[in-house]
Amino acid sequence: MGHSIKVTVNGVTHEATVEPRMLLVQFLREVLLLTGTHIGCDTSQCGACTVLVDGVATKSCTMFAVQADGKEITTIEGLAANGDLHPLQKAFWEEHGLQCGFCTPGVIMSSYDFLKRNPNPTEEEIRHALEGNYCRCTGYQNIVKAVKKAAQSMS
Amino acid sequence: MIPNNFEYIRANSVQEALQLLSQKGDGARLLAGGHSLIPAMKLRLNAPETVIDISGIQELASIRRDGDRLHIGALVTHRTVETSDEVKSSCPVLSEAAALIGDPLVRNRGTIGGSLAHCDPAADYPALTLCLGAEIEATGPSGSRTIAADDFFVGMFETALQSGEMITRVTFPVLGKGTGAAYEKFSHPASRFAVVGVAAMVTLDGGGNCNSVRVAITGAGPSVFRATKVEQALTG
Repeated sequence: MGHSIKVTVNGVTHEATVEPRMLLVQFLREVLLLTGTHIGCDTSQCGACTVLVDGVATKSCTMFAVQADGKEITTIEGLAANGDLHPLQKAFWEEHGLQCGFCTPGVIMSSYDFLKRNPNPTEEEIRHALEGNYCRCTGYQNIVKAVKKAAQSMS
Repeated sequence: MIPNNFEYIRANSVQEALQLLSQKGDGARLLAGGHSLIPAMKLRLNAPETVIDISGIQELASIRRDGDRLHIGALVTHRTVETSDEVKSSCPVLSEAAALIGDPLVRNRGTIGGSLAHCDPAADYPALTLCLGAEIEATGPSGSRTIAADDFFVGMFETALQSGEMITRVTFPVLGKGTGAAYEKFSHPASRFAVVGVAAMVTLDGGGNCNSVRVAITGAGPSVFRATKVEQALTG
């Protein structure tokens, strides 16, 4: 049985009918065609699918779309404003905080939530905050540098 | 991975959730933070006919201290326990341990009631609950009852909860003067579950002797258990 939901994604309100078993990540990718949010492990571990749900970083593979009814979602596509990259996106570019880039949207969304709560983090705090986001390329060095740089440029 | 199809119903109060549970019977599962249930459904290890979403029930989402007792609502997230000033001052080991559960994203959604009801043999909260001698409030059609942690964990993924009951809150002791507690965990590097985790609480008398000791171990058996011989050896 389909459920009618109303979800605001990156500031735009969408109404849709979804099967209860549709995951939020599927809804974003397959219904709204916002493919910046990636499916990595699909077992709630890697964090590639991280989005903000009412401002809180959430693995969108571990939430049903029907649960997003009435919520505000922000995906990686929602960070740049008026064609300008968000400071986090810019810092990842400048510090080369990625290689293949598959994990990057999730890492950035987690970092976004983290920096809101801790605008001036130490390296150790950044590493701890990103424990739910796996990168299999970079060894995290440049990711941590990028988050640090973003924190400095945002403060 | 896609779960089996199911009927989804949102409950807005404990009363409503209990009515739905009794109406839908054993084919129903409660959905709180979803970080145990949804992965299991995606792997089709669990295929409930009905999912009752209790995540929006506000009455279960608060933390309250009442004298020497700390009441934590079943829907309080790990993140809230980790960061709550009330928990940090009343029962600091609990917020220290909550900070070790899963990863920050898991902690943003996972709940204490969900973790205890799921009763994963390698979960962290069962060790804390058992070590600290917490009490679990289970509410069913005929009202609420209190289950001591010592009686709650029955086996692998098995608790003393009866069909039709749900956890509504968990009550911990406020750690007073002379009492200290700690949780040490060797984490699996990928899942962050405990390969083994040990929670210990010690109360000293004025002369520096151990008046009471409780030690609980998770990850090393089919369910959390107390290391009674260690407790005996340390007492005195």
